[in-house]
Amino acid sequence: MSGASSWSFREDDARRIQAILSGFLGESNARTALIVDRTGQMVATAGESPAFDATAFASLTAADFSANDQLARMLGEPEFGALFHQGERESMYLADVARRVILVVLFDNRTTLGMVKLRVKGAVSQLTRVFTDMFSRDGTSAPGVESEFLGEAEDEIDKLFGA
Amino acid sequence: MSMINYASREINCKLVYYGPGLGGKTTNLEFVYNKVAPAARGKMISLATETERTLFFDFLPVDLGTIRGFKVKFHLYTVPGQVYYNASRKLILKGVDGVVFVADSQIERMDANIEAMQNLYENMVQHGYDLTKIPFTIQYNKRDLPNAAPIAELQAALNPGWPLEDPAKQRPVPDPYHESEFLVAQQDGQWIERAPYFEAVALTGEGVFDTLKAISKNVVKTLG
Repeated sequence: MSGASSWSFREDDARRIQAILSGFLGESNARTALIVDRTGQMVATAGESPAFDATAFASLTAADFSANDQLARMLGEPEFGALFHQGERESMYLADVARRVILVVLFDNRTTLGMVKLRVKGAVSQLTRVFTDMFSRDGTSAPGVESEFLGEAEDEIDKLFGA
Repeated sequence: MSMINYASREINCKLVYYGPGLGGKTTNLEFVYNKVAPAARGKMISLATETERTLFFDFLPVDLGTIRGFKVKFHLYTVPGQVYYNASRKLILKGVDGVVFVADSQIERMDANIEAMQNLYENMVQHGYDLTKIPFTIQYNKRDLPNAAPIAELQAALNPGWPLEDPAKQRPVPDPYHESEFLVAQQDGQWIERAPYFEAVALTGEGVFDTLKAISKNVVKTLG
């Protein structure tokens, strides 16, 4: 054990997740579905491409979810499994997946909150299976980076941050 | 420790700037934002109060480019330094890959530095992380001020080192950034390791990139 838990995300994971998200978007008529990990990194997106800065969005989403998690504990709840932010035209619904990632659904008046909530349940249970598999296998089978990676990364760091 | 996304060929590393209130964490990020090539950085987000005190965090993504087929990104975060924001401070440490502790060199801020350092250790432990095992760098900021404490005093208080039990690591390691100083050394019969440190004046940018370079290289090393 050292720092944060490490995990990797492979192409077959991405395909499984895309299939689940696309199915969910079709059923719920929501615009976009995103997966953000709890540390604030974007993992996957499906549906209409978001027009906003996705990196910033992911960091704010994780912070939002974590802050609400703590609020839940203060109320004696183990967690708020889901959050809903309502806008005039655009709304978002966030749901926990396996305590490690967050499913973010963006939707407008082409659907309803009730429909999104109804369909999210199935998507979350399918995603939970995928992510539980990913986390349980990790650390042993990840291929890692090539040996030349380190030297080249150091050169790039010198270039970007000044030698 | 970072997330490697083989599907999108991305590696994201999370760096957190920690330290006492008004120590210069946000100033570090602002300097990086202003000086790094615009194409290499994203939008800087600051969740701050009306008086520009950090309320939740600042966030700045920096793109290192594509290396061996992977897009490598550093996500720089600051935490709110004020003591009573501990709940938010702790949240930001989740998934951290490297920590920079920005200490305020002013002698009057010594207690605040020590308190923040203890708080960092406690919050890391609560996440199940070990600060002695992940990339960790200390920055002594505000070196230009007349009331700045001597480095030796700051080192003794904030970076006294931790015992190194692994016999394989018990050999002298020179500090690459300070002549005739050591990161690993024997002291009173005990092997100890210290975090690398840098002197800085974040307002003018002095030491800001030296710190960032050191921590990001150490984080990259953990990927191999």
